[in-house]
Amino acid sequence: MDDHVHTTPEDEHDSAYSGLLVNDAHWAFGAAPVPDGHGEDPLAGVDTTIPDGVDAATLATYALMLGDDALVMSHRLSEWTSNAPDLEDDIALSNISLDLLGQARLLLARAAKADASVVPVLPEGSPVPPEDALAFFREAQDFRNVRLAELVNGDFAEATVRVLLFSTWRLAIFERLRASRDHVLAAVAAKGVKELAYHRDYSARWFVTLAQGTDESRRRLLAALDLLWPLWPELFDTHAFEAAAAAAGVGVDPTSVREAAEGVLEQVLAAADVPRPEAPRRVGVLGRTGRDGMHGEPLGRMLAEMQSVARAHPLGQW
Amino acid sequence: MTLTETAPGASEADLERQFEATIARHDRIEPRDWMPEGYRRTLVRQIAQHAHSEIIGMQPEGNWITRAPSLRRKAILLAKVQDEAGHGLYLYSAAETLGVSRLELTELLLAGRQKYSSIFNYPTLSYADVGTIGWLVDGAAICNQVPLCRTSYGPYGRAMIRVCKEESFHQRQGYELLATMMRGTDEQRAMVQESVNRFWWPALMMFGPPDADSPNTAQSMAWGIKRNTNDELRQKFVDMSVPQAEALGVTLPDPELRWNEERGHHDFGQPDWEEFMEGVKGNGPCNAQRMAHRRRAHEEGAWVREAATAYAAKQRGAAS
Amino acid sequence: MSTVEKEWPLYEVFVRGKRGLNHVHVGSLHAADDRMALLHARDVYTRRNEGVSIWVVRADAIAASSPDEKDPMFAPSGDKVYRHPTFYDIPDNVPHM
Repeated sequence: MDDHVHTTPEDEHDSAYSGLLVNDAHWAFGAAPVPDGHGEDPLAGVDTTIPDGVDAATLATYALMLGDDALVMSHRLSEWTSNAPDLEDDIALSNISLDLLGQARLLLARAAKADASVVPVLPEGSPVPPEDALAFFREAQDFRNVRLAELVNGDFAEATVRVLLFSTWRLAIFERLRASRDHVLAAVAAKGVKELAYHRDYSARWFVTLAQGTDESRRRLLAALDLLWPLWPELFDTHAFEAAAAAAGVGVDPTSVREAAEGVLEQVLAAADVPRPEAPRRVGVLGRTGRDGMHGEPLGRMLAEMQSVARAHPLGQW
Repeated sequence: MTLTETAPGASEADLERQFEATIARHDRIEPRDWMPEGYRRTLVRQIAQHAHSEIIGMQPEGNWITRAPSLRRKAILLAKVQDEAGHGLYLYSAAETLGVSRLELTELLLAGRQKYSSIFNYPTLSYADVGTIGWLVDGAAICNQVPLCRTSYGPYGRAMIRVCKEESFHQRQGYELLATMMRGTDEQRAMVQESVNRFWWPALMMFGPPDADSPNTAQSMAWGIKRNTNDELRQKFVDMSVPQAEALGVTLPDPELRWNEERGHHDFGQPDWEEFMEGVKGNGPCNAQRMAHRRRAHEEGAWVREAATAYAAKQRGAAS
Repeated sequence: MSTVEKEWPLYEVFVRGKRGLNHVHVGSLHAADDRMALLHARDVYTRRNEGVSIWVVRADAIAASSPDEKDPMFAPSGDKVYRHPTFYDIPDNVPHM
């Protein structure tokens, strides 16, 4: 028992430092100095060669799309910190946020490595790594995330529905992306599938709980579903870069996973005894939506906050 | 277990003797043991205050999650604030073994009848504060908390072992952030120094008033709930921090701070105890804001908790 | 005090850190049902370590003994994990049943 519960001998407690950072990996948070995948270079040790016959700009833009989805969704979920209904859910939402942030880092780094021209140019001598240049020094219209990810947070029902829709869709994509010809994307997908399965499980449980809980919780859940439903079809649009990435064997055409994702969602709706909403899809601007860099108003404000410190110190070390 | 079993109808005096004997052996008191009401009350108060501190403590650092200047720092900060929620949860769990629920304790906090650490009533005004809180505030917390791993109440001690392991990581990440910033631009170095200037004195306050003004210390030490006096721990913290500050290249803002060869310790000045008392009374810079935030989150979550409770009851009804 | 809002069920969490070891009690948490309790336990106590086995059990389903058991003073809660009866004030009569 001692080798994992780590009941330190009493005298060790006399020093504030001794015996604290023991490497018992099975305990929460204690083991790694930084959570898995959050080290300095997220792509260290991964084969980043571009597969034969793949256009670098296509691969980079495709990676940016998936990376921006994760980055923006992660940011919105991180805003729940210290605001959740109870501690268990505060912890769960930050876990989901952290998972997506980890995916975003890998994907942005992948985009930069595939095609350096997507990375904003910073003043000479700037130590800002490419993933951060992409996250903190691009304008809103350069972000390629779907609009579902960027909405301003609502209540917990809204978070539940948003995570459910997002993770159901993204998991369906990642399941296929594991077969990507690009080693990095395949590796990101393989790791991400486990994470997204958890996100979907968590949000589906809450979806059913809220639907079957009280009159008030059901009312709020249905309202959240109505609010977000118009953005669901956008997730399955095929952007030209997605089509090209899919044709080259490195990406997944979202249209191809629609049936699978809808099937999962139908099951959750049935378990919750919630009818499928009928609200029409939300159109874009002159036909352009999130994947084209056409976003709603809140993204600009979100980025203004997110980027403020980084932009104030373009030569800073963090 | 050498404990002799209590005969039926044992008197309160017998039970108390048995309790005192357990404490004297430095053995742990466990949830179903008899304990004096004063011991239980003191423990509930201390564990709850500690748990509340973790939860309120999420706010000053959480203030910078959405502005973290790199994705790596964002991940570290998010994980850290998440740990604090975890610590709060471990500690509320320990308190729950004494027959009070998390909900009751939260309501006592919101009613102003239980406290949290005054340090969290100071604002975080720059990203350097994330580092300074890790280095000084978590460092002070570790000094306070490590002895509690040996506290006489079993569930509290076990929760503290987990908490302390994670706090040590927190302190290191904070120090590492400051060290990195000190290698950056002049502006960043100035930011670090300014932050240390603001947090040094509040960090010293974290050990509580001087021993002469700390009425509860003696009983808590006799019961093995507390293991060191406030002044002992404060001295230890100062001695520990001075070389760290030197290595970092920052100045600690205390003109009286110097090594005392005779004592083998640093001499140092006293924080502004009047300001400290104002904070305890609720007049600190962020008391109202922190409580309003907590109250809002708690109230906004009520319908969710009610839904979960109702759902659980339905499931049980269906199963039976 | 909490007359309107009741707390959701409390679960005790047991973790087997690695193969070959017993499950060990690590703490408790609140959850609406068993499945959620498991999800939360992974978050809170193991940070979703894949190789870890977790048991969760509702605290009110645990029977316990103690050295003081013969003492009639505590007879009403004698079979509970914790000795304060108020601890188990979990509602069976919420309106939606």
